[in-house]
Amino acid sequence: MTFLEVTLRLLEGFKITCLIFALTLIFSLPLGLVISFGSMSKFSPLRYLVKVFVWIIRGVPLMLQVFIVFYVPGFLFGAPVSSRFNAVIVAFAINYACYFSEIYRGGIESISHGQFEAGQVLGMTKGQIFFKVILLQVIKRILPPMSNEVITLVKDSALARVIIVVEILKVAEELMSTNAIIWPLFYTGVFYLIFVGVLTLFFNYIEKKMEYFKV
Amino acid sequence: MSILEVKDLAKCFGVTEVLKDISFSLAEGESLAIIGSSGSGKTTLLRCLNFLERPDKGYISVRDRVLYDSDAPASLSEKDIRKNRLHFGLVFQSFNLFPQYTALENVVLAKQLLFKEEPGYKKNKKAINEQIQAEGKALLDQVGLENKRDLYPHQLSGGQQQRVAIARALALNPDVLCFDEPTSALDPELTGEVLKVIRGLAQKNTTMVIVTHEMQFAYDVADKVLFMDDGLVVEYGTPQEVFDKPSNERTKRFLERYRNAEN
Repeated sequence: MTFLEVTLRLLEGFKITCLIFALTLIFSLPLGLVISFGSMSKFSPLRYLVKVFVWIIRGVPLMLQVFIVFYVPGFLFGAPVSSRFNAVIVAFAINYACYFSEIYRGGIESISHGQFEAGQVLGMTKGQIFFKVILLQVIKRILPPMSNEVITLVKDSALARVIIVVEILKVAEELMSTNAIIWPLFYTGVFYLIFVGVLTLFFNYIEKKMEYFKV
Repeated sequence: MSILEVKDLAKCFGVTEVLKDISFSLAEGESLAIIGSSGSGKTTLLRCLNFLERPDKGYISVRDRVLYDSDAPASLSEKDIRKNRLHFGLVFQSFNLFPQYTALENVVLAKQLLFKEEPGYKKNKKAINEQIQAEGKALLDQVGLENKRDLYPHQLSGGQQQRVAIARALALNPDVLCFDEPTSALDPELTGEVLKVIRGLAQKNTTMVIVTHEMQFAYDVADKVLFMDDGLVVEYGTPQEVFDKPSNERTKRFLERYRNAEN
């Protein structure tokens, strides 16, 4: 196979990689916020429930979670998950939401209590305090750990191949077994590097944008 | 005619009784200085007035409107508490400005949010916002920061930040403006500019409750002085009465310590 042919094949897989990446973020970023509120709830049964959930999700390999989401509904209810791709998105979204929730929690709890109180004495509602005062400060604080997680997600997407979702690494593996060539496998690294490079630039840009204030 | 009435206020944290039995009243346009050693409950008293803490017992009214009464317990909804808070302004020891907003934005933010809830807001959006901005600018002028409107808190000195915080508290026209040791977090050379602003407010007959360690300032500015010790009002009167001829042993000892420390 020529270099161009391999590149085109890998690009097809890379599209799936990007899709897993984007959809996971779209679902897990807000879901993580909901989970973080649960883990900070004053209602202790809810708080403990959420903490146990986060413990389980962070304590079990993501690969196993992908298998569980894909196979368990079939065993339990006789209704197998129809789409392998959807199973990957569900497993990834829940897994990343749990990691994000802990980053959010750390960020929110690191904001000085005086900021909440200043909003309160000015007659703001809880929602106003959170969205108008706290949120931007939290975002600024959590940007470094978030960029770490997001970059990890780029590479974790390769786990989708365990249930035969054909992302870039799976394409390379197929090329290896059908054409007996190994170099496409190493070549995938270039795609990941470029992707992560772009993300790094993006996070640097956001950090620069937020330099106008200090928290 | 008193604007603020506090009766039998008590507050415990666990087994510690921080406020045991606090009563006082304040007339419109008067400023009250609260003095006392740390741990005497001064800050907790201010926090109860601003509904940042909920008293266990007692009664608070402003302009004859009962805001809190433990004898007629009504469970206060978040909305009621917000309404109650608007009777008071609070200037914190550590300023607590919002770092992502400029000085002017800090001053006008709460008012903008408040007006957005009003029914007629959408129609007169532009006029209302211009009005709020103009008022915010006037307040910053009043505290001597006309050139610092567009700076962010981290670009301002501590004294300037505290003056912004005062303007921010004034923006909502509270009935009673409270100060919680407004100069304690400042370098000594910066306390003067903040005290000057508070002095100016006193001259304009702003009703104020000022928790302070600046005894000379309390003597000069306050109409009434309240000495607190161990959660109780030990001495209450004009500055001359409290500072020059205190009747209680504890007040004498406290003032003695202060004079010794200053000399």
